[in-house]
Amino acid sequence: MSSDLRQLYQEVILDHSKRPRNFGQPEGSCFRAEGHNPLCGDQVTVYVRVEDGAITEVRFEGRGCAISTASASLMTETLKSKTPQEARELFELFRESVTSDPSSELDGEQLGKLAVLGGVREYPMRVKCASLAWHTMRAALDGSEEPVTTE
Amino acid sequence: MSYDVERIRKDFPILERQIRGMPLAYLDNAASTQKPLPVIEAISKYYTSTHANIHRGVHTLSEEATALYEGARVKLGRLLNAAAAEEIVFLRGTTEAINLVSQAWVRPRVGPDDEILISHLEHHSNIVPWQFVCEQTGARLVVAPIDDRGEIILEEYERLLSPRTRFAALSHVSNALGTINPVAELIRLAHERGVPVLLDGAQAIPHLRVDVRALGCDFYAFSGHKMYGPTGIGTLWGRTERLEEMDPYQGGGEMIRSVSFEKTVFDDVPHKFEAGTPDICGAIALGVAVDYLQDLDLEAVGQHEQELLRRATEQVSELSGTRIIGTAAEKAGVLSFVLDCAHPHDVGTILDGAGVAVRTGHHCAQPVMDRFGIPATTRASFAAYNTEEEIDRLVAGLRQVLEIFG
Repeated sequence: MSSDLRQLYQEVILDHSKRPRNFGQPEGSCFRAEGHNPLCGDQVTVYVRVEDGAITEVRFEGRGCAISTASASLMTETLKSKTPQEARELFELFRESVTSDPSSELDGEQLGKLAVLGGVREYPMRVKCASLAWHTMRAALDGSEEPVTTE
Repeated sequence: MSYDVERIRKDFPILERQIRGMPLAYLDNAASTQKPLPVIEAISKYYTSTHANIHRGVHTLSEEATALYEGARVKLGRLLNAAAAEEIVFLRGTTEAINLVSQAWVRPRVGPDDEILISHLEHHSNIVPWQFVCEQTGARLVVAPIDDRGEIILEEYERLLSPRTRFAALSHVSNALGTINPVAELIRLAHERGVPVLLDGAQAIPHLRVDVRALGCDFYAFSGHKMYGPTGIGTLWGRTERLEEMDPYQGGGEMIRSVSFEKTVFDDVPHKFEAGTPDICGAIALGVAVDYLQDLDLEAVGQHEQELLRRATEQVSELSGTRIIGTAAEKAGVLSFVLDCAHPHDVGTILDGAGVAVRTGHHCAQPVMDRFGIPATTRASFAAYNTEEEIDRLVAGLRQVLEIFG
């Protein structure tokens, strides 16, 4: 296997894709949005609970490829205890990172464990896979005037 | 003489390419085939030495370009065994051809509660134009079901041909599954009830000998780029009386006999459907692709592709956790499958890393995917230039997928 592919499908990604964290609908009411990638038919629903100005829980469900599932799973872990504004900023940083020149350095400090998704940079067609859950998360936050009950 | 695939490969310069350090194995032919040198050279030669606008000029270049363009029409007519070259309309491709027939022939002839019959196997391009007509007229879209092998259920098809059915549109070969539909039989059933039939031949024309008169259909649509020709050019064949019944749907130059502000007289078929300056070069190069295909001998190509399909089906089936989607008795060289352990997109990326180009996704046939309860498949599709070694590389790539995700 080539080094690009090894970089793309590294252990952390395979682990999160096979055993996604925070998978399934949460109990109680929270913000919710659905994301769809018409290119591959992938679908994801992201649930975000915000309490006292901070994200206390992010969960997701749906079906997708290893990259989109791992990205969603990693996102749910990363966003916990961030403010909605911080979550939006992290999305921007993440989006810039996965579309940046593959030869450039990733901001590992700011990205934290999201940096494992940097391998996507060699595969522009897969950037959508990596960002689907993030777009959906932001849509959930944007709809925050009308939280959706998930019961 | 045995089939000399290595000689054929030499005609396709792109097959020399390396992809991510590996030799290209191009198995995405149902999406678009690669182009042989005669087609590439025809394009270059046309613009280098012959180009001018057609049908109007009296100068030499215009006469030459017109002769080549109309000569291509004759070649396409012969390929299909059309009764006359005038039954060939040059359009952008299958999609435009179906849109033309749906808007210009079918739309004025249907009303509320009339029915248009398609099948569950169709590409979006043979679904959406009919949905437009239904919305515009109040007609109903009726979908003939398929069975678990991906074959149209004949009894159901016959039953759904009702006294309200005004038109039937049907793929000759399914792009997503490879099913070769028993179109002669389906056309016969439709015609017994006075229902005209359009065939979407996009996936059939590079693989099967198509004789529109023997089939008896009313319209036959296909694209150049899936049969070794250029993109942006395709053909609608229509029986002369059907084309004559059909009004033009785009107005402009090229399609008129005379224009005044009071009255415009349209040109005869097929020119009345070719408004504006057409893709002259594309049509000429498509004619060259027809020559190329006929020189290859379609029967020999078909046999070769069947051999590749057999080998690929056998080897992919043997891998653990694979499911072949589309197991019809009669199939063209298309192998669609899913793996339990990996999403088609991941399969596609890993195969690309091995230089193997396949299509992953819903193949513009979401209803087919829904029928089998899957969002997408991996699809390998074969052409005249593919080899057994490329099939083995596909399978080796899939083994790698199983190692990573299994």
